Amino acid sequence: MTQPFRLPNGGDIDRARPIAFTFDGIRHQGYRGDTLASALLANGVHLVARSFKYHRPRGIYSAGTEEPNALVQVGEGARSEPNVRATTLELVDGLVARSQNRWPSLRLDAGALNDFASPLMPSGFYYKTFMGPAGPRWWLRYEHAIRRVAGMGVAADAADPDRYEHEHAHCDVLVIGAGAAGVAAAREAARDGARVIVCDEQPPRASFAEANIALLSRTTAFGVYDGLLVGALERLADHLDAPPANVPRHRLWKIRAGRIVLATGAHERGIAYAGNDRPGTMLAGAAQTYVERFGVRPGSRAVVLTNNDAAYESARALQSAGVAIAAIVDARPQPTVSVDAIRVLRSSGIVATHGRLRVSSVDVASLAGGGSERIECDLVCVSGGFNPAVHLFSQARGTLRYDEKLAAFVPDRSPLAISAVGAAAGELPSLNLEPVWSIRARTGKRFVDLQNDVTADDIALAAREGYTSVEHLKRYTTLGMGTDQGKTSNVVGLAILAEAIGTPIVNVGTTTFRPPYAPITLGAVAGSEQGAHLAPTRRSAMHAWHAKQGARFVTAGLWLRPHSYPRGNESEDDAANREARNVRTNVGVVDVSTLGKIELMGHDVATFLDRLYINTIGTLGVGRCRYGVMLRDDGLVLDDGTVSRLAPTHYLVTTTTVNAVKVMQNMEFLLQAVWPELDVYVTSVTEQWAAAAIAGPRSRDTVAALVDIDVSNAAFPFLAVTSCNVRASQGAIPARLFRMSYSGELAYEIHVAADRGSDMWEAVIAAGEPFGLMPYGTEAMGTLRIEKGHIVVGPEADGRTTADDLGLGKMVSAAKWCVGKPLLSRPALCERGRWQLVGLTALDGAAMPRAAKIVADPDHALPNPMLGHITSWCYSPNLSQWIALALLADGRARHGETLWAVSPLADARVRVQVGPPCFIDPEGARLRT
Amino acid sequence: MLTICCPYCGPRGQSEFSYGGDASVARPSPEAGGDAWFAYVYARHNPKGPHQEFWQHSAGCRAWLKVTRDTRTHDIVAIAALAAK
Repeated sequence: MTQPFRLPNGGDIDRARPIAFTFDGIRHQGYRGDTLASALLANGVHLVARSFKYHRPRGIYSAGTEEPNALVQVGEGARSEPNVRATTLELVDGLVARSQNRWPSLRLDAGALNDFASPLMPSGFYYKTFMGPAGPRWWLRYEHAIRRVAGMGVAADAADPDRYEHEHAHCDVLVIGAGAAGVAAAREAARDGARVIVCDEQPPRASFAEANIALLSRTTAFGVYDGLLVGALERLADHLDAPPANVPRHRLWKIRAGRIVLATGAHERGIAYAGNDRPGTMLAGAAQTYVERFGVRPGSRAVVLTNNDAAYESARALQSAGVAIAAIVDARPQPTVSVDAIRVLRSSGIVATHGRLRVSSVDVASLAGGGSERIECDLVCVSGGFNPAVHLFSQARGTLRYDEKLAAFVPDRSPLAISAVGAAAGELPSLNLEPVWSIRARTGKRFVDLQNDVTADDIALAAREGYTSVEHLKRYTTLGMGTDQGKTSNVVGLAILAEAIGTPIVNVGTTTFRPPYAPITLGAVAGSEQGAHLAPTRRSAMHAWHAKQGARFVTAGLWLRPHSYPRGNESEDDAANREARNVRTNVGVVDVSTLGKIELMGHDVATFLDRLYINTIGTLGVGRCRYGVMLRDDGLVLDDGTVSRLAPTHYLVTTTTVNAVKVMQNMEFLLQAVWPELDVYVTSVTEQWAAAAIAGPRSRDTVAALVDIDVSNAAFPFLAVTSCNVRASQGAIPARLFRMSYSGELAYEIHVAADRGSDMWEAVIAAGEPFGLMPYGTEAMGTLRIEKGHIVVGPEADGRTTADDLGLGKMVSAAKWCVGKPLLSRPALCERGRWQLVGLTALDGAAMPRAAKIVADPDHALPNPMLGHITSWCYSPNLSQWIALALLADGRARHGETLWAVSPLADARVRVQVGPPCFIDPEGARLRT
Repeated sequence: MLTICCPYCGPRGQSEFSYGGDASVARPSPEAGGDAWFAYVYARHNPKGPHQEFWQHSAGCRAWLKVTRDTRTHDIVAIAALAAK
């Protein structure tokens, strides 16, 4: 733990705070302020990875987000994270990192055999070999094995235990990057009074006294979206040794900016020369960063390869840190800078490198040809120029301009309020760059994209095969498609393509830049919207009572509803059958609070509802309810429910549970967009009212004991509505009482304010006790409505059925217009053969197969002509047999026929008898007694 | 994500709004025939450029708005409330 390559002083590290960490199981020491990469280099570790395709040994190439090579697996168990860039990972105490994509070890990797086989694996190897004329069958066979070999890190196989959150922010000016240019831009904007946010991907390196500047450090702006919305990822806990429990790991910022200033700097790029991927090879500016920011000597003896002036400064920095500079190999014929005591080779390049797991020497030759000279070194520093970080500018629909002096793409124009400053705008110190992109060599791979193992020869081959469009080149060779998105390689690749097809690079252009600029965690994208927080859970006011009674719950939309109330060891099915039987013999109560409830007020409500429902509402008197059906504009059934007239200008509409939102929106649209002249006000009151339906022959006895009004048939007939008080032990509860029925039995509905819901419910239970009242759940409710032949929106009204298909055609009033009516007469909605609602009874004592199709002959050769399908089915405890509702071609004309319900999936075939959909009390006598 | 400036509530994120379809098609009168209604329900242009569409501020004031959005850029070039109700 000696850190032999740590300089005696210098760097933004805290030498008083040593940190222990392991890499591939070996203990090392670094300091607070280190990245994993700088700490590994301080310990002389250069070999950190194996490459994606050829499994070649790789080292640390950069000192930042642009890193193509040094991807490691960090952490253990559920917190294990793959493909983390060692160059941006801040060192914390006890950090456990492992190398990826190697077996059995990093030093001895069996996958490296791919490297020897590489002549057999040119550009498009997988396409050519596995997806060629033989079709995708071969690919399907080999994909699994290939993915295993050409892999990267391994995802954790347990749920992420960390917490993530989202935060929204608004500002006048968003400055991205807190280098000198970013700080200046932020201060200037703040002077004019603008609210400024500065986000910077590094640890805090600037501070602002201005109250109107907010600095987000360790925050990477990864995408610019519509409306100048910027996505940024803030890392709050990764750099802490022991993060407090209340700190989320990452925070995803959604920043809406009036104007964006990019101060994102520039990325140094490489040069494609033979053997340019050996560990010990790094960008010249990165080597300088390791010396100056981290106090680390990245080698002992360096060769610098450059095509510009910037590398000379890097060489001087290395030299002053004690790194011997064996030579500066300058591709330019006339370097414009001179350095003391450093050998400079002009018009020269590296033509080969040597060393197995670390570079040990390079061969240098004149670009004009001729013999080469071998130079011993353990570090090669490369500078092929700089690419302004234009990613976000391009995402904001900005166009790029090719700058000949920089030999790079720089921001040109964007229709949006986004601008670049500093190096991101191409404002770099004079480089005197000569665009040398690659150096010819007799042998050896000249890598362009280190992460995806794309070489200069791969690009040339792709060009020869016709992939001369930059977007095609990218997809064919995978150039720039790694997690680094080709930050150090793309422009080099474009230049080599341009050379290959003999066109200026400006004509080649760039591929489209897309978010994310740098990888982001999926946990941060999900934020807190996981598990039970994915969506709200809605519970009725009586939920606690249901739960205490051991109810099993099911979801209906966002609601939790009791499925049934099993007693003791009773199964759910047995419980539901008992509950359904009890409704028909005694009395039951069901929680119907979830039904959508909309109140309408105004002088034109009757007119409005007449336009909305297929049946006439205008004739509805005060104190009366009516069942109604509404259509979509295309004539198909939208929803059904009840309309109650509470007062001359006051109506209550109920909707199905799942359609409450849609119906409300539709009403608001019609009132605001189509008939603004109507005096109608709508309010959703679903949550404000708790509701219970009391059904069964003893329901009148129960309700009479419950409320303070006369509920005899004469005083309170079928489809009446009134207000009353529920007698409850906690005091009288003002209520609305309805006489309507879903089960087909004599039935009432009671609505009370939600906060009195559980008082009301307990009062109902107590009042019904002498009459054998049992609570029933949605399963028994479903059974009762199937027995009665009532439709449900979803199974029966499935978005393809008309009112007539459902047997409700007679409800469509001929005397008036309504929404959807004009298109009801379309030929296809009226022709013979339409599927119509019928009831089915299973014959031969068989159980009704679920969701079966209906056929005439189960032995017919496939495909067996389908006559219809089952929409709802149940065992009827009141009929003691299996029944179903079905949509059947010309169903109403088939009553009495025997057909087959078949389910190939369940391997079931059952003889069924077709009949009317209503199995119980078709005359409706029970409702009216 | 779009930022939609609700005339009542000010600039809000798109997630507060619900899309309500094409606002450029005129709703036929009740008396209009099946052909007019067919065109209203099914026939749509797919314009490149400014496009009128309905949005509801459903997680806000619930006003229905007529928004003119440029389909090339997603820029919202005009916005109006439908009814002062």
